[in-house]
Amino acid sequence: MSDTESSARSHILNGIRRSLQRGPLTGEARHAVEGRLAAPPRGPDVARARLAQPEKIALFCQWAETNNATVARVAAGDVAGEVTAYLARNNLPARAVMAPSPLLDGYDWESQKMLSLRRGRGEGSDQVSITGAFAAIAETGTLVMASGPDHPVTLNLLPDTHIVVLREADIVGGYEDVWARLRERYGKNLMPRTVNTITGPSRTGDIEQAMELGAHGPRRMHIVVVRE
Amino acid sequence: MSTSPSRPHRVALFVTCLVDLFRPSVGFAAIKLLEDAGCTVEVPPLQVCCGQPAYNSGDRQTTKAIATQVIDAFEGYEAVVAPSGSCGGMLSHHYPGLFDDDPAMKLRAENLAGRSYELMAFLVDVLGVEKVAARYDGTVTYHDSCSGLRELGVKAQPRRLLGSVEGLRISEMKTPEVCCGFGGTFCVKYPEISNAMVGEKSADIAATGAGTLLAGDLGCLMNMAGKLQREGSTVQVRHVAEVLADMGSIAPIGEPDAVKR
Amino acid sequence: MESTAHDFKSNVDSALANPNLQDSLAMLKVGFSERRRLAAERLPEFEVLRDRARDIKNHALANLDFYLEEFERKVIGLGGHVHWAPTAADARRIITDLCKSVGARTVAKSKSMVAEEIALNEHLEKAGIAPIETDLGEYIIQLRNEPPSHIIAPAVHLTKDQVADTFLEHHGPLGFTKRLTERNDLVAEARYVLRQKFLDADVGLTGANFLVAETGSSMLVTNEGNADLSNTLPKMHIVLATIEKVIPTLEDAAVLLRVLARSATGQESSAYTTLNTGPKRDGDLDGPSAYHVVILDNGRSSVLGTEMQEILRCIRCGACMNHCPVYGAIGGHAYGWVYPGPIGAVLTPQLIGVEEAGNLPNASTFCGRCESVCPVRIPLPKLMRHWREREFERHLTPKAVRQGLALWSFFARRPKLYRRLTGLANRVLSLFGRAQGRYDALPLAGGWTRFRDFPAPQAGGTFHAQWARHGGTRTRP
Repeated sequence: MSDTESSARSHILNGIRRSLQRGPLTGEARHAVEGRLAAPPRGPDVARARLAQPEKIALFCQWAETNNATVARVAAGDVAGEVTAYLARNNLPARAVMAPSPLLDGYDWESQKMLSLRRGRGEGSDQVSITGAFAAIAETGTLVMASGPDHPVTLNLLPDTHIVVLREADIVGGYEDVWARLRERYGKNLMPRTVNTITGPSRTGDIEQAMELGAHGPRRMHIVVVRE
Repeated sequence: MSTSPSRPHRVALFVTCLVDLFRPSVGFAAIKLLEDAGCTVEVPPLQVCCGQPAYNSGDRQTTKAIATQVIDAFEGYEAVVAPSGSCGGMLSHHYPGLFDDDPAMKLRAENLAGRSYELMAFLVDVLGVEKVAARYDGTVTYHDSCSGLRELGVKAQPRRLLGSVEGLRISEMKTPEVCCGFGGTFCVKYPEISNAMVGEKSADIAATGAGTLLAGDLGCLMNMAGKLQREGSTVQVRHVAEVLADMGSIAPIGEPDAVKR
Repeated sequence: MESTAHDFKSNVDSALANPNLQDSLAMLKVGFSERRRLAAERLPEFEVLRDRARDIKNHALANLDFYLEEFERKVIGLGGHVHWAPTAADARRIITDLCKSVGARTVAKSKSMVAEEIALNEHLEKAGIAPIETDLGEYIIQLRNEPPSHIIAPAVHLTKDQVADTFLEHHGPLGFTKRLTERNDLVAEARYVLRQKFLDADVGLTGANFLVAETGSSMLVTNEGNADLSNTLPKMHIVLATIEKVIPTLEDAAVLLRVLARSATGQESSAYTTLNTGPKRDGDLDGPSAYHVVILDNGRSSVLGTEMQEILRCIRCGACMNHCPVYGAIGGHAYGWVYPGPIGAVLTPQLIGVEEAGNLPNASTFCGRCESVCPVRIPLPKLMRHWREREFERHLTPKAVRQGLALWSFFARRPKLYRRLTGLANRVLSLFGRAQGRYDALPLAGGWTRFRDFPAPQAGGTFHAQWARHGGTRTRP
């Protein structure tokens, strides 16, 4: 940090302390905020984020559809077939870019002779992407995508159509359950580069306050929920 | 109606400046409603204004002087009742904050705040009044004045009492809770904005098809009446207390007396 | 952006005379408030969440220095950079230098009110860097060279036809020569044009809804996905955020998110909520290789500890303006600067001076609807009143108002004299007005009688006169 930057930093921090009429936090006061960071208190319980698993799944599907996604619930053996059928139903090409995630390897893509798949990141020319999801939130019908080598962020954003393969077990109640999973997977206080939480297709209300889908991200989102 | 021993009996009426000057019948209606509910009503003679014109113009010193005067004038009454949510809210919600630097006065302000009420809320919530003996033939619509609604929670009480008035039917506006654009000095400081707001309100009132507009604050009523009349509307505008006190035959706000008394 | 807040009254006149604006506002007044009401009703815990949201922001503000340092530590730990900007000029310089450091020619910008606050676009342009607004509403007004009129719906003042004309003018040279008439076609055309600009941009610049101290993440909420493209495609991602955006933990973010979207648009959740934490990691196939956070003060630290502190809780949802009848009458541009509506009426005098923006906190009826919907329970009318007090103390209140007030207060403080005055006024007004019941013109009351009739008092004297006359008993008229 340059001298200017370091003086700008102390200028702001000291200004805050002057206004709060105290110096840097020390002793008991510091201990208290450190403790709050170490053991984050949860907000008020939201009843609909605390359901039993079958109701959670149903609630997730309900909200996802309310938010203009489409949902299909299939057995693992039918995932690849559902993807092909979805593309056909919507007059989309049988060609997609798929996340290089080992989670997606378990489905029988070979059975779909007409489906051409590329594994990798999304490009401007891709029309359809297929990804998994790190988790999904029942409370609002939201998908949670954690970035990494197995899940490039561009797949969530660039193609017109985003197909998400979601395992029932990955559907959780509320945000707090997602945070817990992130801490477990990446370590406390550590995060992947990007966590995208996505609720339905991209949309805008910027022209006359009327909702239009497909502003910048996908126009269509199809969620394939894999039954267990 | 149940009579609880803790129910206040000796009640002081806070008349409000506008009722004093423009529409005394609202004050008499309030007194009738309170007396019918078993109260003894007094009108402390040294009362003037609650201080809102100064308060909302940023003149804190004058506001404090006037508040002190009001606190003195209403010392000793079990309850202070105003036929206005705006003035009632001033006493019950804003006075204590004026005296943050004066603990003794703050205590007195809090004491007054704790026994100050808007008329509808006092009748229904404190006195437990459930019905009135009154008749008013026709459809009315009710405007929720802002301070009463949002500071004091006056919403269901007037409607409940109006529901007991014989011959009266309520037809609600689409947005009865949206401000009419009065706002005290606002309406003369920013007349164009105020006019746009009250114009929208009058359209909402007209759409209800009601022949009468009621509300609990004379400032809002004068504003809406003035707009309706300028537009040539025949909607009659009255304070809710007048209708509840069976005084619905007197001339509406801004209208000439029908018969010479 | 150049302020026209001092011209508030003439801004109001043009706003009231603009039929396109009035049509848009008519829609806004019904749409936003109804959607928010329904969303709040669908979540039984909404009110307790608002309480907690308020408490979280209060806690963060009381420990702001600690959480900012903690945030910085986490960002640096993950390979990001934090820059501290005490003033708008500092932030502009830092961002311009960062852009130059990667030879940037274009910057893909995701809607940021703070960028508007510091007039970033003008300065980038002067430095030869083209800022490209990518939020659809911001893009439209950038093409039209207009400021935003709403903090979450910047082009809410425009009709579809106006957008169509703007697109034809600016996209025509790119080959889009057909004037569009459908909203979805307009959206699709903008998407197509902007997509290439995203792919070409060297820097992505976004604001932040929250900075999470626990993880060093910046959190962004959008519906379009433009912020996500901005922070994914270019090689450098710059986050511009003000100091009060920092919150302690992800759990706190969950509470704030639950009230934010519902208050703003009435959605259960916005389409995209994104946490960005540092640059691209080893093995990542996309993402920016450089990640910078610019933390701007611009006068906010001096608001802490004052009677205005509560304004720093604001999470910029726009609910206050969506529910404000004054905003609903005049729209956002009349407020004359970046932040319109009740939040602007409090924030603008703070940021550009009460001498310039003195009208804004006065142009309110104190109806309290803004406070009643604020997700973090900011007492906006109280804060507007504080500005009026400061104006009064500094003798900025208009002379006519001061004089009127002084005269009124002279009588109001002398009850007996006041009684005689009101008695006289009552008699005079009653005498000349009783026959008609009202006045259509009155000396000294032109502000009233220009638009409304003025009721004449009832006959029989003031209430107090009648009361005294009857020996202090009730009379029945």
